[in-house]
Amino acid sequence: MNLNLKDIGLKIFSVICLLVFWEGLAIYINNPVILPKIEDVLNVLIHPYVSLLGTGSLIDNAIVSIKRVLLGFIIAAILAVPIGILMGYYRVVYNFLDTIIELIRPIPPLAWVPLSLAWFGIGDVSMIFIIFIGAFFPILINTISGVKSVPIPLIEAALTLGAKGRDILLKVIVPASSPYILTGLRVGIGIAWMCVVAAEMLPGSNSGLGYLIMYAYSLSRMDVVIASMIVIGLIGLVLDKILRFIEDKYFVWKKMMK
Amino acid sequence: MEVKLKVVNLSKVFEFNGNKIKALENINLDVYENEFLTVMGPSGSGKTTLLRIIAGLEKPTEGKILLDGKEVKGPGADRGVVFQQYTLMPWRTVLKNVTFGLELKKIPKNERIKIAKKFIKIVGLEGFEDAYPWQLSGGMQQRVAIARTLANNPEIVLMDEPFAALDAQTRVIMQNELLKIWESEKKTVFFVTHSIDEAIYLSDRVVILTARPGKIKDIIEIDLDRPRDRTSVEFLKYRKIIYDILKEEVIKTIKRGE
Ligand SMILES: Nc1ncnc2c1ncn2[C@@H]1O[C@H](COP(=O)(O)OP(=O)(O)O)[C@@H](O)[C@H]1O
Ligand SMILES: [Mg+2]
Repeated sequence: MNLNLKDIGLKIFSVICLLVFWEGLAIYINNPVILPKIEDVLNVLIHPYVSLLGTGSLIDNAIVSIKRVLLGFIIAAILAVPIGILMGYYRVVYNFLDTIIELIRPIPPLAWVPLSLAWFGIGDVSMIFIIFIGAFFPILINTISGVKSVPIPLIEAALTLGAKGRDILLKVIVPASSPYILTGLRVGIGIAWMCVVAAEMLPGSNSGLGYLIMYAYSLSRMDVVIASMIVIGLIGLVLDKILRFIEDKYFVWKKMMK
Repeated sequence: MEVKLKVVNLSKVFEFNGNKIKALENINLDVYENEFLTVMGPSGSGKTTLLRIIAGLEKPTEGKILLDGKEVKGPGADRGVVFQQYTLMPWRTVLKNVTFGLELKKIPKNERIKIAKKFIKIVGLEGFEDAYPWQLSGGMQQRVAIARTLANNPEIVLMDEPFAALDAQTRVIMQNELLKIWESEKKTVFFVTHSIDEAIYLSDRVVILTARPGKIKDIIEIDLDRPRDRTSVEFLKYRKIIYDILKEEVIKTIKRGE
């Protein structure tokens, strides 16, 4: 992206507008339970290591949430990528699994909560299961469409160079579809992140940023609520940027081919 | 002269939306060792189909292909193909594209890099080893594809209008390079082109197919010393011979509205 000074100026200006509007509104409302002032929220944010409301610091809770997300996400990726490759490559596997997947996929991850609580009880496993469900399908769907989009001439060229089934899979299909797989991972981790926050808001939860938000709300500490929201937003942004960075760094060819 | 490749009673019928399309009818053809053989014919006469059957990418409806007396059962590294479209692997550098077939043959890394570099040099791309396909022009990509096929040391090189997408000047340069390689590497070449000029300039023999279904209409032996002069009287005589034979078939094709 080519940003000139004017563009950047405008972007910064819009943020300043938002902050001024917020602060003005907060002063006008004059009720921290409805809208805290910026400095109150900042005060929470600049002390991320200080324990809040007896439930651990922002950092502690963020780490708990991130751990859950990574666990659920990694399990989802470990299963979804190979299944997606097999489904994209072998018609039999696709036909065998497609209907089941199309039936389960539209169910929102949070609709799994009651079943998940029944199966895994209240606690981490349940939450990780919800995250897993959230991340699994975008990874799977993108992997399948990645494999299906591998140009036939590329496969044929490899065949005439002596490639057999396994080589085609490992040396053509997997690398050719890896940009799609990465897109799936990026979408998947975004959804996983939303799921963890929601899952942590459920009854029985006692740690994580989602929990912190709900707990602060019950104590009418909107400064902590908004500070946590900002942290949630920032972590989501960083997760997305990391995967975008990998996409840009390793899959330039994909962009350039188009 | 030893026969390298034998096409025996070959016919091909495609089924397309319930219609049967007879693409090739009873083709019998011997390609000799070290020969440069070119196939011409109006579009739709089955040139690509014939090449793909020889490559093993398409099954014959009747008849068979023998390479060194052994029946062809599918694609393999003994028949290298240079396709009309660009089929380089976009995630691999020039060098890694050229080493692809050698990797499959489990040739040690040092040796395959040595071989690849030799052929990259032959096609005039020294210095571009680390470039990616998208950084190269169409002509350069096609040269990489040629290097990739040659580095794999096939028994016969099959080329389907490899220069069709190139501008006239690049095309002439590529023709000369191809001839040089063909002479120095002692290859058997099965070449498909639309260009009469190209066919006469390159070939030992030119096979002309009829309009669909493709049958062998004529085989013209080009009895000229190389390097050939495209403006010589003999060259122009061949041009006229081939032009007249082709014209009948092209008119048939046009009359059918194809
Ligand atoms: N996969 C296919 N399915 C159905 N018809 C095909 C297929 N491939 C080629 N054909 C038909 O076979 C005929 C010969 O095609 P092709 O070999 O591509 O001709 P050429 O290369 O000489 O232009 C054409 O009529 C084409 O439409
Ligand atoms: Mg063709």
